[in-house]
Amino acid sequence: MRSTIADFTANARKGIADKNLQAALSRLSEGFPMKRLEAISRLPEFKQLCDEAKQIKDHTLANLADYLEAYEEKATAAGAHVHWASDGADARDIILKICQDAGAKTVTKGKSMISEEVAINEHLSANGIEPIETDLGEYIIQLRDEPPSHIIAPAIHLSKEQVAETFRTEHTEFSADRILTEPRAMLDEARTVLRRRFVAADVGITGANMLIAETGSSVIVTNEGNGDLTQTLPNTHIVIASIEKVVPTLEAAATILRVLARSATGQDITVYTTFSTGPARPDDPDGPQNYHVVILDNGRSKMLGGEFHDMLRCIKCAACVNHCPVYKAIGGHAYGWVYSGPMGAVLVPGLRGLAEAHDLPAASTLCGKCQDVCPMGIPLPRMLRDWRTRDFDRGRPTAARFGLKTWAWLARHPRLYRLVTTIGTGVLMIFGGGRFRWLPLAGGWTKTRDLAAPEGGSFVGLWKRGER
Amino acid sequence: MNAPEKPPLKIGLFATCLVDLLRPSVGFAAARLLTQAGCDVHVPTAQTCCGQPAYNSGDAKDARALAINVIAAFENFDYVVAPSGSCAGMIREHYPALFKDDGPLKARAESLAAKTHELLSFLVDVIGMDNFDARFDARATYHDSCAALREMGVHGQARALMQNVQGLALHEITGEQEKDSCCGFGGLFSVKYADISTRIVDAKIEAIEKTGADVLLGGDLGCLINIAGRLQRRGSKISTRHLAEVLAGTHLETPPIGEKG
Repeated sequence: MRSTIADFTANARKGIADKNLQAALSRLSEGFPMKRLEAISRLPEFKQLCDEAKQIKDHTLANLADYLEAYEEKATAAGAHVHWASDGADARDIILKICQDAGAKTVTKGKSMISEEVAINEHLSANGIEPIETDLGEYIIQLRDEPPSHIIAPAIHLSKEQVAETFRTEHTEFSADRILTEPRAMLDEARTVLRRRFVAADVGITGANMLIAETGSSVIVTNEGNGDLTQTLPNTHIVIASIEKVVPTLEAAATILRVLARSATGQDITVYTTFSTGPARPDDPDGPQNYHVVILDNGRSKMLGGEFHDMLRCIKCAACVNHCPVYKAIGGHAYGWVYSGPMGAVLVPGLRGLAEAHDLPAASTLCGKCQDVCPMGIPLPRMLRDWRTRDFDRGRPTAARFGLKTWAWLARHPRLYRLVTTIGTGVLMIFGGGRFRWLPLAGGWTKTRDLAAPEGGSFVGLWKRGER
Repeated sequence: MNAPEKPPLKIGLFATCLVDLLRPSVGFAAARLLTQAGCDVHVPTAQTCCGQPAYNSGDAKDARALAINVIAAFENFDYVVAPSGSCAGMIREHYPALFKDDGPLKARAESLAAKTHELLSFLVDVIGMDNFDARFDARATYHDSCAALREMGVHGQARALMQNVQGLALHEITGEQEKDSCCGFGGLFSVKYADISTRIVDAKIEAIEKTGADVLLGGDLGCLINIAGRLQRRGSKISTRHLAEVLAGTHLETPPIGEKG
C-alpha cells in the first residue's frame, strides 16, 4: 500500500474540508462509542475481563518465542505449513509462491490489516493473480482503489450514495436503471457478484485475530460470513498473522473474544467466530486441502522489552480510534497508511520509521481518552510522548525547537523570566484591548481564534508587591 | 485544658505560567479560596513553568531542568496547589516518571507529587469545604479539562462547588462523546496543528451551545483561552471564566476571558 504519511498536514486539511467525510465521522463517533457503552454496561465484570485479557497478553509476550514455537508444533501436527516472514517482502514472496504453486488465477481475501501492511494485493496483481476483497467495506474500497480509513470499518469514510455510484460504474452487468438507494440493495448486489468469485477462487487469504498455541488453531471474527467462505471454499487457505497474535490456550482466546467485540462494535460477540486447525481432514465434508500460516514480524520483535512493548498487547479493536478527537476531526486517510487513530500513531512510527511518520505521534492533544477506553490498558499517550522524545533527540521539530528551548532557558532563570515576561505582557496588554485578532508569530492560533490579552502585571509580581 | 490548635496548612500556590502571565486574577481567586479555607498561602517567586510544553514536545532534558526548579521552590510546603488540572497533573503524574532513573531526585519528585493537588479537588477532598458563599447569576456550563478529569480525577468536586453558588444554574454538556471530550487545545498542538485543533474546538463549541448556557466555566486556563478565543471569533455571546473566579468573587472585579475591562 502506498504511503502518504509524510503529507499528514495536507491530508488532514483535506479531511476537514470533506463534507461527506465529516458527516461519516460524526456518525461513527456517535455510533460505536454508544454501542460499546451499552455492551459493557450489560457485563458487570467487563473491567475484570479486561484485566485478565491484559494479563494473558503480558504473559504471552514475556514468553513469546515459546508460544510461537508451541503454536508451530501443534499447527504442523494438524497438517499446516507454517512460514516465518521477517518483513513485508518476505511475506509477499512466501504468499506469491504458495499461490503460484497452487496455479492460482484468483484469490479471495478476508479483511486483514496485516495483508494491507505487507501490500499483498499489489504484489499478486503485479504477478498476474487477481486478489478479490470479500469483506463488503474492503470490497468497496478495492473497487475505488482506496486504502482503508478505519481498521474495523474500512469504508467508513463513504456515504451510501458514493457506494451506489461506485457500484454503477463497476458492476456493468446489471441494468443501468436499477434502484440502489437502500444499503440492502447494494449488499444484495455485492453478494451476487462476490458469490461467483468465492466459488471460482483458487486460494483464500485471511488474517487471524488470534493464533492458539494449545491447539494450533487460527481464529477470525467477522460479521458477514465472508471470512468463512474465503477459508473453506478454495483448495488452499493462507492465514497471515503478526507474531503478537498468539495466545496460549482456547480459554485465553475466549477471554479475549469477550472483550474484543464489545470494545470494537459494541456487540457481545461477532456474528461469526471461526476457528480453523489445519486443512480439511479426510472425513470433513469440505475445507481446503492445503493450509498455510505466514507469521510476520516486520519490526515487532524489536518492540519487545522496549518502551513500545505494551503496544503489542493491542487486539485491534479500534476503541481508541472510535474515541479519538483527532481521528474524528480528520478521518483515517489523513494518517496516510494502514493504521490510523492513536493505535496507528504509536504503531506506524515503529513499522515505518520516524523520518516518515513523525507527524502522527505529534498530532495529538494527549487527552487520554484512548487509554481510558483501551481494553488492554495500553498507555497510548505515554508512548505518543516517547515517540516525540525520540523525534526531539534526532533534532526535530526544527521550527518549534528554538522557541521551546528559549522558553525553557528563560523559565530556568526566574529573575530574568520575571523581567522579560513583565515587559512582554505589559506591551501585549497595552495593545490588546481584551484580546487579539492577530499577533505576529501566533498566526497558527489567530487564524481561527482570538487570543486573550494579558490582564496586566504578573500574579507573582503583584503578589510580591503586596496585592491580594 | 483545650487541645492546642493545629497550625494552618502551609500551601505553596503554583499559579501556573498561564495564570501568572495572562490572568493573574485567577491566582488571586485561588489564594482567596485557600485563605478562606484556613490555609496559610505562600507564592514562591522562583516559580515559572512546570515544564509541560517541553515534556510533551519530547524535550526531556529541559523538562527535567524545569522540574528541578519547581521541586526546589515547592518541596518545603505541606501542600502544593495549582488552579489547573494540567499543571498539577504534570507534577503529580509525570515528575516521578521524569526522574525514574535518578534515585535522590526520584524520591524528591515522588514526595512533591504526593502532596500536589488541583485547586478545586484540594478544596473539596483535602480541606472538605465545598461552600464559599459565592453568588453568580448565570446559566453556566462546565468544561472538564482532560488532565483534570483523567489524570487528577476532578469531576464531582467542581459540581459540588457550583451547586453551592447562589444564582448559578448548571446546564451540563450532554452526549456520550461530547460530555468529556477534549477542547482541542493540547498546548503547542493548538498552534502546530491549528486546523485540526480548530475542528476539535468547533465540535466542543457546538456541544456547549446546545446547553443554552451564557457562561462557560472550567478549571484550566489553557482550555478556556482556547475555547473562549474560538467562541469570540465565531461571534458567540457566551463568556468564559475560570471557576475559581466565580467562587472567590473576583468575577465582580475582572471581565471574562478575552473581554475588555
